Amino acid sequence: MTRFWRSGEPFIWLTGGAQALSLIMVAGLILLVMANGLGFFWPSDIVGLTLTDGKMVMGQVTQRERIPQPGALPGTADRYRIQVKVGNRDLYGADFVWVEEAKIAKRQTPRDAILIERREWGNLYGVIKEVKEAGSPVAQGPQAGWLALQARVPDATHVAKEIVRIEKKEIGAINYAQEQIRLRLKKLELREITSGPEVDRLKQEMATWQAKYKDQEAALARLNQSQTASVVISAPGDKEKELPLTQVVRAYRPNTMGVLAKTGFYLAKVWEFVSDDPRESNTEGGVFPAIFGTVMMVMIMSLVVTPLGVLAAFYLREYARQGPFVSAVRIAVNNLAGVPSIVFGVFGVGFFIYFVGGTIDRTFFPEALPTPTFGTGGILWASLTLALLTVPVVIVATEEGLAAIPGGMREASLALGATKFETTWRVVLPALMPSILTGLILAMARAAGEVAPLMITGVVKLAPSLPLDGFWPFFHLERKFMHLGFHIYDVGFQSPNVDAARPMVFTTAILLLLVVLVLNLTAILIRNRMRKQYAGSAF
Amino acid sequence: MPTIVDPMIQVKELNLKYGEAQALFNVTLEIPRRKATAFIGPSGCGKTTLLRCLNRLNDLIENVHISGTIRIGETYVYDPQVDVSDLRKRVGMVFQKSNPFPKSTYDNVAFGPRIFGIRNSRLDEIVERSLRAAALWDEVKDRLHESALSLSGGQQQRLCIARALAVEPEVLLMDEPCSALDPIATAKIEELLHTLKNEYTIVIVTHNMQQAARVSDYTGFFLLGELVEFDETPRIFTNPRDRRTEDYITGRFG
Repeated sequence: MTRFWRSGEPFIWLTGGAQALSLIMVAGLILLVMANGLGFFWPSDIVGLTLTDGKMVMGQVTQRERIPQPGALPGTADRYRIQVKVGNRDLYGADFVWVEEAKIAKRQTPRDAILIERREWGNLYGVIKEVKEAGSPVAQGPQAGWLALQARVPDATHVAKEIVRIEKKEIGAINYAQEQIRLRLKKLELREITSGPEVDRLKQEMATWQAKYKDQEAALARLNQSQTASVVISAPGDKEKELPLTQVVRAYRPNTMGVLAKTGFYLAKVWEFVSDDPRESNTEGGVFPAIFGTVMMVMIMSLVVTPLGVLAAFYLREYARQGPFVSAVRIAVNNLAGVPSIVFGVFGVGFFIYFVGGTIDRTFFPEALPTPTFGTGGILWASLTLALLTVPVVIVATEEGLAAIPGGMREASLALGATKFETTWRVVLPALMPSILTGLILAMARAAGEVAPLMITGVVKLAPSLPLDGFWPFFHLERKFMHLGFHIYDVGFQSPNVDAARPMVFTTAILLLLVVLVLNLTAILIRNRMRKQYAGSAF
Repeated sequence: MPTIVDPMIQVKELNLKYGEAQALFNVTLEIPRRKATAFIGPSGCGKTTLLRCLNRLNDLIENVHISGTIRIGETYVYDPQVDVSDLRKRVGMVFQKSNPFPKSTYDNVAFGPRIFGIRNSRLDEIVERSLRAAALWDEVKDRLHESALSLSGGQQQRLCIARALAVEPEVLLMDEPCSALDPIATAKIEELLHTLKNEYTIVIVTHNMQQAARVSDYTGFFLLGELVEFDETPRIFTNPRDRRTEDYITGRFG
């Protein structure tokens, strides 16, 4: 027995066990998220339920659970209920209903059932009654209606997209230009110039923009009038809904689709999710702005934190006289990594936004006041706050890298006549790059997952425009932005329609994991390439 | 002390202290031009310390106190006016453990010349000449741009010699250059030293008395920070004046 203990066998089992436990926890988390998130886009069949009381329910089954029966005698049979997504929020008031399985009299999958994703009010479930063009019916019944609908939807979608394009791009550009002119006028006013050639010129410019705006408005009206087609859907409960086709995002009949068609549909939905803007207070559509915001914020943070951390580490290790003070600084830096992130957020608000941003506003943008430009949350301040949060990681990694560089390498360089700076620049820094990248990888992983400090320094539920666009100066670092981590919190816990939004929580979580993974893998690949470049055994 | 005409290096009454601990006591010697001079002695006797005084590499260590003078050519090494970078360019050094930079063979040799602003085609010329001088050219000419760390230990040490030669020094300091090498690699380096000493003044620290006997023209024996005896190598090994030198070279201690 003693020999067994002394052999170290139990210790090996203990280490293996700890490793296995961590693996199981990580795999479990990922599996849970995937299982909940990946099925969301699958077009499951529409069921038509006839209840024992004669009521009709039509929709997609989302979950099944045991009905809790507190105080029931042991041996009582379990009862189950299913949750059905019935949509038609404008007709029924709620998207979901619970149906007790015992009360279902008949369950079928009607081939005529159609699901229409709308731009507003969520999904519409029902059966086509007729398709109309300018008020007069052109096709009657589910089958003819479906064909007529399919023929008209692409055109309507095209018009709808055109409308969005004009509203966002053309009118957006006009609004932007007008705002710039207004600010220039205000600036002149602040210098007490209220008339003169420059003011006249600006006012004239304003008038031309106004005329352009009228043109676009007219174009919008024309577009709106060009689409007169609509579809009438009859839904269970003797309800009817007439829907203009420009409101249709996509219409499909899942009960007639084969596995292949469903797979294609699934991929299209996934693509929409990663490439499109959100709809319906983030519960539908895509999360592209959130992906963009997350990646851009991590990039800006990396650009700031790397030089800052590396320089600080160089000073601490190479130039500062080692002693109690430097040790104290080092301990303080390490402790900084343990400060709750919300504290950094509060610091970001107090220092970056109110102090730095406020000063910038008063100095450079007085014409916009009292509307703040930099004196409010924005992607720059959020990135800087996260840079502060992660700088200890970079400092520690760089310092460890510096300590690991063999002294012989520096001596060799100095003995060739290089100065200390030349040695640092040409020998130490290149050899240090893998360590710096390691620090950066850890910093990025931390930053991409951080939400709390962002909520008060610039993340919003819905940002009207990306921080990068076609208007000079292209990078709008003062803009508020969307973030995947905050998006999860928002759709999961702040959404008006929690049941509809719940799957989005998991799909967004998968996406956030993927973004972190991709960012990290990129950095790891760069680091490995650098290592390989100079690798090789000494003997 | 042998009389040396026009010595390259002249050390006078050199004392060195690391804090309170004295490492060199009143060392005075002259090192001849274009000859190999070996420093021998047991570990901790100060021979490496003296070597590192010659190119002021001891400056890196805090709390070193030095008195006395060292002259190399026309330069007084510890003159505050001296440009240390220029001094180190003239006094090259090869270390005990080969320490190539984690760069390509070419970049290793080109490192020094680049520091002093040499570019492009002249650089190619210098790299080739230095590698030839270090008898390494034929072995690496086809893989100049591969990592220097993939060379063997002996090749790495010759690369370090080539790197030191690339800045065209007058003096070459070698701190036990063969202590980490096998006998074949050692033989190659010793052979190289024989050709190099026609052009450079070489100072070599070694633990290996046979090596000192084989490669050097003059030998200094150090003990506990003192220069016990300095003379022509054959004389040190056949007819030492000092009893301690004799005890050391005959292997009675050390």
